[in-house]
Amino acid sequence: MLTLETLHIDLDGFTLDADFSVETGRRVAVLGPSGAGKSTLLAAIAGFQPVSGRVLWDETDLTPLPPAQRPVTMIFQDNNLFPHLTAAQNVGLGLRPDLRLSRDDKARVDEALTRVGLGGLGTRKPAALSGGQAARVALARAVLRHKPVMLLDEPFGALGPALRDEMLGLVRTLADEVGATLLMVSHEPEDAKAIAHEVVLVADGRAHAPVPTAEIFANPPAALRDYLGREG
Amino acid sequence: MARGLFSVTRTTGAGATALALVLFLALGTLVAVALRAEGAGAFTVADLAALRFTLVQATLSAALSIALAIPVGRALARRSFPGRGVLVMLLGAPFILPVIVAVFGLISVFGRSGLVSQALLALGLEPISIYGFHGVVLAHVFFNLPLATRLVLQGWLAIPAERFRLAASLGFTARDIARQLERPMLREVLPGAFLVIFLLCLTSFAVALALGGGPRATTIELAIYQAFRLDFDLGKAALLALVQFALGAAVALIALRVALPPGFGAGLDRAVSRWDANTPMLRALDAALITLATLFLVLPMTMIAVDGLPALATLPASVFTATARSLGVALASVILTLALALPIAAWSVKSGSRLVEGVGTLTIAASPLVIGTGLFIILFPITDPFALALPVTALVNAVMSLPFALRALVPALGQVEADFGRLADGLGMTGTARLRHLWLPRLARPLGFTAGLSAALSMGDLGVIALFASPDAPTLPLQIYRLLSAYRMDDAAGAALILLVTSLALFWVFDKGGRVNADA
Repeated sequence: MLTLETLHIDLDGFTLDADFSVETGRRVAVLGPSGAGKSTLLAAIAGFQPVSGRVLWDETDLTPLPPAQRPVTMIFQDNNLFPHLTAAQNVGLGLRPDLRLSRDDKARVDEALTRVGLGGLGTRKPAALSGGQAARVALARAVLRHKPVMLLDEPFGALGPALRDEMLGLVRTLADEVGATLLMVSHEPEDAKAIAHEVVLVADGRAHAPVPTAEIFANPPAALRDYLGREG
Repeated sequence: MARGLFSVTRTTGAGATALALVLFLALGTLVAVALRAEGAGAFTVADLAALRFTLVQATLSAALSIALAIPVGRALARRSFPGRGVLVMLLGAPFILPVIVAVFGLISVFGRSGLVSQALLALGLEPISIYGFHGVVLAHVFFNLPLATRLVLQGWLAIPAERFRLAASLGFTARDIARQLERPMLREVLPGAFLVIFLLCLTSFAVALALGGGPRATTIELAIYQAFRLDFDLGKAALLALVQFALGAAVALIALRVALPPGFGAGLDRAVSRWDANTPMLRALDAALITLATLFLVLPMTMIAVDGLPALATLPASVFTATARSLGVALASVILTLALALPIAAWSVKSGSRLVEGVGTLTIAASPLVIGTGLFIILFPITDPFALALPVTALVNAVMSLPFALRALVPALGQVEADFGRLADGLGMTGTARLRHLWLPRLARPLGFTAGLSAALSMGDLGVIALFASPDAPTLPLQIYRLLSAYRMDDAAGAALILLVTSLALFWVFDKGGRVNADA
């Protein structure tokens, strides 16, 4: 269970508070107007953002841990791949940050690439991959890292609708396989409906406790109605 | 941000060590100098003359460079013609041109038996001499007119194209444009450009060594050298070194208050469309200006090739051993530059402090002669400083390249960390893994550029080596200086050509090396 305990973030006058838990294995969409602090919330969980209060995984306090030691893997909006490394090397970083990969490690990298549908493309560099393929490489690495919490910060924002649905389906399958707890920032309500059990609404300086997806769209609170506009 | 939270202690340690070494060289040597200077006598008339000459030549050189750069820069800004790109690139060349090579080229054009004098003789006029005050100023203008032109050109191209279109639609004449657009820009650009050039002329030793001298054309740095090499009066050398440092520091302090122009402007390869300057008169004027500036720049370089090529076959072996020695110094200097610059840049980016970078840049005001004097005073009681001439030269050259290295590396590393820092943190890439798999590959370009620059600067350096060198182990620039002093002009020409080609080749190889296999 991921717990945010009286979490408070202060960024030069911009503040964000959160105080809730997410059950293990749940897929959660983080929705809200732009600039409300969705990405900041994920950064705090991942360890990139100094906070007061605590971030807990089960009984363990993550707050003092640097990002790499948290049971968390994150996929960013962009710059998920190092352009000077091949797809396989980019995935391999998930096993060993110094890239001293054993034969066994390399086999696991190939397997992960095949798993996301990129078998045989390991030697390509990111410049030779399409946007969707690059997103798959990032997913392969996340799977290989095998961390119980997966954070996705609008990772498919630059993809077209069809490709986006395809990637969401893949995320859903992979997260289920690993049994990961997933938090995904999006500004597309459709994304939430597609894969999320629950929705965390970030608005007015507060990340609200998760509400079941069907429920929140059936009866949207004021902040969500404003955000959804006509659609609400 | 989180960068400060989990700062890598090894980065801090390495950065602090490198910075401490730089501070020791820039300021620690100064303490040694100050302690040694106490026993020295008062200022002599000759010393005051040197101070006056230093200031006057630097002021005049900077003023002339700027005054000429304005029309040339304007001509380049508003004309596009074939070869313009090459010319703009050439304007960057004097920066990595060995001073002694340029001096040789200038002597071939403006010297007593040079092209200009021969033309004057043919017209029945007196030949001109390049030695002394006007020779020093001429050489400084040769080096700094291109720099000033680039800075001014940058200012012109920074004026948005829309302004010129607006001006054209409002019917502005060239005069209106000068008043409304160009003069405000020049008021911004010129003070910084003047200061940079003034500072460069203040600390330019080799030009004064080769073309100056005597009671009426001796700079402070030349006086340090003479106190050192001719009189072996360390107290006097130390006193003069203090004066030189005070001058440099004073100018650097003023410079802090004036916005200095960025070093290497990119994107100078386009001309501004102008509708006001299409009169035949202005076109002819610009064409003449560009031609004259090109001749001034290219003729001395051509003369080195013309004079040097026939001499290559008969060069004494000492020139080639000196070349090998210089190459060794240059490569050692490259390694030292990177070993100093990378940790300082990393610390600067990690701590987000401009101070670290600022201290690293302190050396731009420091004089290699002063550092050399200090090192000599420190080393003299311990060991034979002359035996250490080459390592000391490599080290001081590395420190002198540091400001340029930091200017190239710090913004680039900042960008790398902004783009990939979190990803690397999240994956636990620290220490050598981060260095090998993130920094070195992402910084290949600025690292190649830095290495090329420091190699070329060190290859052509004629500063500390002149203080320290023993007679039997000169570097190539020093060897050329000795050949020039002995009036062995043919050998000097051949050696100058070798030095020119080696310096440019070093820069090219390293800079190119950084671009190989670059992924978007």
